[in-house]
Amino acid sequence: MNARSPWSEDRATAVIAANRHLRGALLPMLHALQEEFGCIDEEAIPLLARELNLSRADVHGVVSFYHEFRRSRPGRHTIKVCRAEACQSMNADGLIDHIRRRLKVDFHETTADDAFSLEPVFCLGNCALAPAVMVDETLHGRVSPARFDAITASTLATEAAR
Amino acid sequence: MSEPLHTVALHTVYVPRDAAALSVGADETAAAIRAEATRRGIPLRIVRNGSRGMLWLETLVEVETPEGRVAYGPVMAEDVAGLFDAGFLEGADHALAHGLTEKIPYFARQERLTFARCGIIDPLSVEDYRLHGGFRGLERALAMTPAEIVTEVTDSGLRGRGGAGFPTGIKWNTVLNAQADQKYICCNADEGDSGTFADRMIMEGDPFCLIEGMTIAAIAVGATEGYIYIRSEYPHAVATMREAIRLAYDEKWLGDEIHGTGHRFHLDVRVGAGAYICGEETSMLESLEGKRGTVRAKPPLPALEGLFGKPTVVNNVLSLTSVPIILDRGADYYRDFGVGRSRGTLAFQLAGNIKHGGIVEKAFGVTLHELLYEFGGGTITGRPIRAVQAGGPLGAYLPPSLFDLPKDYEAFAAVEAMVGHGGIVVFDDSVDMARQARFAMEFCAAESCGKCTPCRIGAVRGVEVMDRIIAGEKVATNITLLNDLCEVMTDGSLCAMGGMTPIPVRSALKHFPEDFTRSPAAVAAE
Repeated sequence: MNARSPWSEDRATAVIAANRHLRGALLPMLHALQEEFGCIDEEAIPLLARELNLSRADVHGVVSFYHEFRRSRPGRHTIKVCRAEACQSMNADGLIDHIRRRLKVDFHETTADDAFSLEPVFCLGNCALAPAVMVDETLHGRVSPARFDAITASTLATEAAR
Repeated sequence: MSEPLHTVALHTVYVPRDAAALSVGADETAAAIRAEATRRGIPLRIVRNGSRGMLWLETLVEVETPEGRVAYGPVMAEDVAGLFDAGFLEGADHALAHGLTEKIPYFARQERLTFARCGIIDPLSVEDYRLHGGFRGLERALAMTPAEIVTEVTDSGLRGRGGAGFPTGIKWNTVLNAQADQKYICCNADEGDSGTFADRMIMEGDPFCLIEGMTIAAIAVGATEGYIYIRSEYPHAVATMREAIRLAYDEKWLGDEIHGTGHRFHLDVRVGAGAYICGEETSMLESLEGKRGTVRAKPPLPALEGLFGKPTVVNNVLSLTSVPIILDRGADYYRDFGVGRSRGTLAFQLAGNIKHGGIVEKAFGVTLHELLYEFGGGTITGRPIRAVQAGGPLGAYLPPSLFDLPKDYEAFAAVEAMVGHGGIVVFDDSVDMARQARFAMEFCAAESCGKCTPCRIGAVRGVEVMDRIIAGEKVATNITLLNDLCEVMTDGSLCAMGGMTPIPVRSALKHFPEDFTRSPAAVAAE
């Protein structure tokens, strides 16, 4: 489940302060902020710049460099689909076509009901059990279109039961 | 996470907690075994071990018997009641039974040095680790001088297992001889190559081995701080390493006074953020410093000016996890495995369209043919193997005519290929090699750090040229252009990302030319 906390400057300041003691602290701070708020809010940039004595452009440069950091809030769940060679050899492209049709989204988009954001990823380290998909932090191997449908249905069912 | 031992004799069942096993339902299988045992009133201890690396058998459940551990797999939750009925707790026969795990030919024919404990022990039990030879290498290192440790590693012939194959001992010696107030050990655990999962498996299955290897490196070169840079795609490995580090501190294997000696070593995990280029050592250092992961020009070498400008050992996971056994058993023992200048063993990773995918740790010199057919059993689709990509997304595509090539750094280099990290991705005859060549360029365009022009722009142009070739447009002219572009990228790129992207492209063109010569008519008919 992706973090849903609304932006709070106080909370962000506390998250940043908790990582202040680390050397090269910017990445750990960004990870912690994304874990808290689901994305790197625009308002976090000046806070980080001030804390680390960097320019806002420097911080922006780091946030935009890494695929993992998002600038906008994702859906309630993030689906990462592996596009790398091992998965390709087991027809990941066919699976991706199925997912696009099924969820009616493309990569870097969120479904209309806000349930799933779809992200491409190069390698989940499950190359002997390809194709691989990660939903939130749960890894799935040998994912056929039918298995993909079952996984997303059970994700939604678990959510409804909460 | 094993449960406490009771004084009464009770059955011990192993269910892996490796991410690959979890991806096919290991948690559900473990829960079903627990529930079924409770229902039947059978006392049971479930140990969550790492993976044995026979991934097509996951979830591989093992039962402790007087003769040894008996394997059942792949066990899904719905198979569990039937296994109890058949008497699997006594090692009874069943459709999913494979006999003693270590007698399974795939496993029995391996030469496990680095992965000797993986899949056997509870990864987060220091006691289990010690019972299986853990920390013996470090204990020996604590009684040696730094120069003696470096000599031992040099004499073992160990070369960096990250891909480039640079001798580890020589790198350590440079750091040892550098004068500085602070030195670092950085473990590059940004294993981003498709078809590789050995780093992930050993971090999840035997994390103390990495801690031990890094601590030995620290003592050898005089470093007191270290970082493990793990890719964010590996949350299970991150969690396991963090917990193992915490336990190692508790037991004084890390900290200010390692086991009463004057040695000090502090270790921390840092998480990447989805940038393939951070597997390149200088990009990783930039990232650890909190910057964009762009490559640095070399020199200066990281061994002299590395993390925060200080002398730094940068090694990958498998280099560092090979060190404990070298120190424990001696350089000669390790060097006696292998061929030519490729010494010791490598964890080959069979991946993609392969029937028996997994880890095969063998001495260098094993052929691709043995790995693909004798271990791998051919493709899972049952069709002929047409190509394998060896050594990651920047490695060559090889045709069956080269499958007799021995796995040896020099032998592979002689045919413009690389052993790399030991990853092997298998494709059947449905593969379109022109599309694979296009993908290599697309991947480089997506993952280039952008610092140098040949890589940043070249890869984008490469995708465009490949699109024209695939469309059957002026094919001969565009192939000439593609070759020119590959030459510029090879010669002009700052690091291996742009410099090696031409390898998969050129190998596809060289070995599978029929996939590139398309006529516009044939394309239109598709």
